[in-house]
This record gives sequence, structure tokens and C-alpha cells, in this order.
Amino acid sequence: MMNEKSELDRISVGESLIVEHIGGESEMCRRLEDLGLTVGTEVTCLMTSPLGDPRAYEIRGAIIALRQRDAAGVVGMRQSRGEDRDEAER
Amino acid sequence: MKRSDEHTVSRLIALAGNPNVGKSTLFNALTGMRQHTGNWSGKTVGCAMGECRRGKNSFRVVDLPGTYSLEARSEEERAARDFICSDTPDLIAVVCDATCLPRNLILVLQILSVTSKVALCVNLMDEAEKKGICVDLSVLERALGVPVVGLSAARNRGIDEVVTLLETPVDNPRALRPEGDAAALAELAERIAKDAITNQMNKEKDPACRDRVIDRVITSKRWGFPLMLLLLAAVLWLTMVGANLPSKLLSNGLFWLEARLLDWMAAVGAPHWLTGALILGVYRTVAWVVAVMLPPMAIFFPLFTILEDLGYLPRVAFNLDRCFARCDACGKQALTM
Repeated sequence: MMNEKSELDRISVGESLIVEHIGGESEMCRRLEDLGLTVGTEVTCLMTSPLGDPRAYEIRGAIIALRQRDAAGVVGMRQSRGEDRDEAER
Repeated sequence: MKRSDEHTVSRLIALAGNPNVGKSTLFNALTGMRQHTGNWSGKTVGCAMGECRRGKNSFRVVDLPGTYSLEARSEEERAARDFICSDTPDLIAVVCDATCLPRNLILVLQILSVTSKVALCVNLMDEAEKKGICVDLSVLERALGVPVVGLSAARNRGIDEVVTLLETPVDNPRALRPEGDAAALAELAERIAKDAITNQMNKEKDPACRDRVIDRVITSKRWGFPLMLLLLAAVLWLTMVGANLPSKLLSNGLFWLEARLLDWMAAVGAPHWLTGALILGVYRTVAWVVAVMLPPMAIFFPLFTILEDLGYLPRVAFNLDRCFARCDACGKQALTM
């Protein structure tokens, strides 16, 4: 799977993103930083709620729910799905 | 309390840490009944203070509000930050979640950049074990330069070690003094955590892990809402139906007692107004309230606590957030019960 730049709210469930830039409201940026979401962190989308928003992400070992408008501010390199990556490594 | 001639100003320990790491559980384990809640002066933030006693030694403990970072964003976080940065506590015991060390260590590093009077209590060691996370406390101790203790506050394991740690004055000459911005600290926290954690099979990310499977069902489009309505309806039903019998028994018992009390008052020759005020007024009202309110509360709160301990309630907030957002509120407000 190709690695490409994407916003966090656009990746699919099961996919990861390596953060390159956190935009949006500064309050939220700092909050995200506190929770461990900094440049270079890998974030994985784990699941979405029944109505589609918010979605749950794995950030540094914790599961954090982010709303779509806040996740949209996080931009980074989309990573191939875990299984595909393991396959490629083998 | 000690006699004044033996009295020395007892040590003041502050319990800091991220929200939901078990600070309050530890606080309760340390202080037992010797605690009281109040307010931080000038603020609306509640604070719990207590005393921990073991043998001849005792020290005071303050349970600070949970905070993710010293960059305070809310009143609670400000209260915590101000206290930590002041010279008041003799020691800051930072409580960490062993299952989430990289994030928890960010606060530890921030605190270390302000003071070296720090000790680390790594809680939820049992939970970490269940998830296959093995934390090497000695690595943490070496990396941070402060004493580290592992515990499971909820299971009452490691509490004695914590008390020993907090009783003795510490001087951490080799304490780490981290510098840098948020990103640098996060990097450092990640590195230290990585070194300290061995044999970790990162189960959280593993979609096949049992918790994730359950989560996907609870938050799924098809089952999410029906399950939630079913569970909450079940709690309500159990509360109402389960409370019927105890309410009836209590009511019968308390009103039998009322009759006896009335007889006694008459036999003793008490004036009508006194009987009216005390028995028909005070006692009857209290009896009604106890008979009607106590059984449902005695059933509802334990059931609710079970849901909370299972971790189900955050999933409820997660499911409902969008609906609440439409009313300019947030999912967490579903739990303001």
C-alpha cells in the first residue's frame, strides 16, 4: 500500500498515521500534545462510534476518542495496514 | 495525634498524576477513614486531604486533581500545578498507569523539571500483566533518578512499600532534570518507557484482542445503541423491581416501630405537640424516606459502579457524543447522573 500524506480523520479503521503536523485551534493542539500526540508519533484508528463521529485512536498505548473536526487538523504519512506491513517485513 | 512534646510537623505528600490512574484508590488505601474533602482556597476545585499512619510514623497526604500536563488548562489542573510548583509539599508522589507509561511519563518529566522531590508509584501493575506488559521498575529508577515503587492499589498490593517510600525523607541527587519543549519531553518519555517495558505484546492495537472485539460490538452501528438501551433499561428495571421487597419490609418494620413509639409516648404522658413533632413529624418523615429511597439507591449505585468498573461508561459517552454535540453538549454529560 502506498504511503501518502493524509489527515487523521480520513484514514480507515485499522490504518496508522505518523504525525507530521498538528493544525487547528491552539487549545486543542496543546491538549493533543499533552495526550502524547506529537510530531513523529504513530496513531492508529481503532474504531468508530455508531454515528460515525467520534472515532477512537490508539496514541502511545492509550485509546483516545477524537472528534472528526479535531482529527482533521492532524496531518501525517499514512502507513500501510498492520498486517500488510508484517507481510512485507517477512 | 501525637502529644505536643513529641510533635514534629508531619511530612506533606502530594499525590499527582494523570486522571484515572488510581490516585484516589491509593489515597483511600493510605488514609482510610482519616481523610476529609474540602476546597482549594479561592477555587471551586475540591481537594482531599488525609493522614497516613503506620506505627509511630505519620504523614499528611493531599490528593491532587488529575492532570495530563503542568500546562494547566482547567481550574483543576491549575490547582494541581500551583501546588506542585509551590514549595509546600515535602514530596510529590506521581502515580502512573503501568499500561500507559509513555503518556504518563510526560507529566513525570514535567514535574522533574520543576523539582527533584519526586517519587514514582507505578499503579495498575496487575492490569499491565494481563495485557502482557512487563515494566522493569529498576530501569525507570535508573533513568529518572528517583525512587520507584510498583503497586496495584485496587488489589491492595504494594501499599506497604509505598508507605515506606513516602515515610522516609528523600533526597534525589541523581534526579533527572529534563529540559525542552513538549515534543522533546514526549520523545524522552517514549524512550524511557520503551527501555523500561519488556516483553510487551502490544495487545491494544491487536484487533483480535478480546477487549477490542468487545469494543467493536459495543460501538458498532448495528449493536451499539440497542445494547446500550438494553443495558440501561436492565439497570433501571432491576432497581425498581429489586427494590420492591426491601422497601416493603422496611416500611412495615419502621411503621410497626412508629406505633410502638406512639404507645410509649402516650404511656409516658408526653404532651400531644411533642408526640406530633417528634414521632408523627420527624420519625415518620425519616421512615418514609428511608423505606422508599434506601433500597433503590442500595441497588442502583452498586449496579452503576459495576458498569463503571467494567469500563462501559466511557463507551456510552463515545456512542452518544454526536447526539449531545447537536445540543452543544458533549458525550460525557450522559454520565452526569
